[in-house]
Amino acid sequence: MQGLFFVCGFIAIVFVLLITIYLIVSGLPAIREIGLVEFLFGTRWESTNKTDPAFGILPMILTSIYGTAGAILIGVPIGFLTAVYLAKVASPKVAGVIRPVVDLLAGIPSVVYGLVGMMVLVPWIRETFHTPAGESLLAAIVVLAIMILPSIISVSETALKAVPREYEEASLALGATELETYFRVSAPAAKSGIAAAVVLGVGRAIGEAMAILMVAGNVANMPTLLSSVKFLTTGIASELSYSSGLQRQALFSIGLVLFLFIMCINVLLNVFLKRDKED
Amino acid sequence: MTKTMVGNPPVSVAKASGLSPRRRAYEIGMRTLIYLAAGLVVALLIFLLSYIFYKGIPNLTWEFLTSAESVLKGVEGILPAIQNTIYVIVATLVVVLPLGVGAAIYLTEYASNHRLVTAIEYATETLAGIPSILYALVGSLIFCQTLGLGKTLIAGSMTLVIMTLPTIIRTTQESLKTVPQSYREGSLGLGAGKWHMIRTVVLPSSVDGIVTGCILAIGRIVGESAVLLYTVGMSMSMQEYFRDGLSSLMQSSGSTLTVALYVYAKERADFDLAFSVAVVLLVITLVINLAAKLVGRGLRKNER
Repeated sequence: MQGLFFVCGFIAIVFVLLITIYLIVSGLPAIREIGLVEFLFGTRWESTNKTDPAFGILPMILTSIYGTAGAILIGVPIGFLTAVYLAKVASPKVAGVIRPVVDLLAGIPSVVYGLVGMMVLVPWIRETFHTPAGESLLAAIVVLAIMILPSIISVSETALKAVPREYEEASLALGATELETYFRVSAPAAKSGIAAAVVLGVGRAIGEAMAILMVAGNVANMPTLLSSVKFLTTGIASELSYSSGLQRQALFSIGLVLFLFIMCINVLLNVFLKRDKED
Repeated sequence: MTKTMVGNPPVSVAKASGLSPRRRAYEIGMRTLIYLAAGLVVALLIFLLSYIFYKGIPNLTWEFLTSAESVLKGVEGILPAIQNTIYVIVATLVVVLPLGVGAAIYLTEYASNHRLVTAIEYATETLAGIPSILYALVGSLIFCQTLGLGKTLIAGSMTLVIMTLPTIIRTTQESLKTVPQSYREGSLGLGAGKWHMIRTVVLPSSVDGIVTGCILAIGRIVGESAVLLYTVGMSMSMQEYFRDGLSSLMQSSGSTLTVALYVYAKERADFDLAFSVAVVLLVITLVINLAAKLVGRGLRKNER
């Protein structure tokens, strides 16, 4: 029996290796053909252009970075403040109502977020900023910010709750108000947990594809807030179904780049989680 | 005494009156911000729910739920999508459940090599962190292309097995850890073999955790779209299980609910129907969340 269970356990490692190897093996040929510098720093992505195709993914890399940064900028303050409310301020009854709300937000399928973004956000941006198409980086940022909220809230709430009560009691006894205690004692004490929440949010935002495929416009422009843009993820998603040849191989190269981003984020996340455990 | 002070607003309001203006401003400002943020999150969900139900309910007829679309009859329907969703869930769980539970048993009951345990746990975390578009990419490459399955239910289910494995392993492991060590010692002391002990004592007392894992995995599969779009395809035609049998069913392509929503919204610009599918998805999400909570509550009761 033990052998059988060992195989089950080992299979997780096999899957990771399989994915890594497949992405490297299928991602490298296109990079070799296009040239690493040309691929990573080329500003033109015209994969379907028959006469003069270009495979530069700098616009996608920058879009993914800007989009993620924007989502973090909006999502983290709101998520953190909500976590403080849930962990410290709210009465158990109120928190018992809001927590399921957060869980439900986490469970809503990403295409549903995309649909609502498409029908509400995109027309709103088109009318407010008088752009020809409302499908833009801004729309994607807002959708991403909403989608990363639940994970930021629940991870920071857990971190805030784990702060030893004595810290807060000492601070209160010295005359600090409750809110001063939460923000200047509890939050710094929970900082690695909160950092883990932020990194988790980054991972979520940089990996999301379908929701932003529906609101970002999918043109590989250099990113500005109101232009139609293509993320690393939507670059793969929008062409995967019909691509062939070098174009298809280039998609796997984009996948490899995205995979490297995610692996860096994983390492970072582990560092923060380990530090949190040691605290 | 301190217990009543922490987390009790009236006390702090009374306290705030004796503060310097700067500290009072900080107190009031921060409190406002906290309430604003929490209010915003709640308002967001209320808006999402009411907007989707308002847009989707009018077109949600019984016929839409129970028929396949037909251009000839002029009928729109998502029955095939509902069926495909169920098929994919069942096919995925049938494979991932033994694998995941087995892995969790190995990690908590058998493994003695600390390094190997760390490696497996690290691999599980890595799998959990990989975004679904990469699963779509690798799944379409490995299962659809290399193994020659094409865009089929089986290719999609296999990809989802890899994706949901961490969920099952983690929840099962958590609940195996809560089984008291004395149960194991008692069973072993009475002369049971290790596998007999696991089968008759450990697994039955952690069945709640396994069920929770299943519910979470189902939630993930229902909400997944990228993987299914590129490994199962978007055909909207009816599958005939009773006419064609299991193997031809698994080798056919088809769209699930999320893919159907995407097709309606993005390819056909039929937003009314897209919202109706969204209502169905939201109801399923609600049910799944509720089920997970109920099972979780049962779990905690058992622990006591």
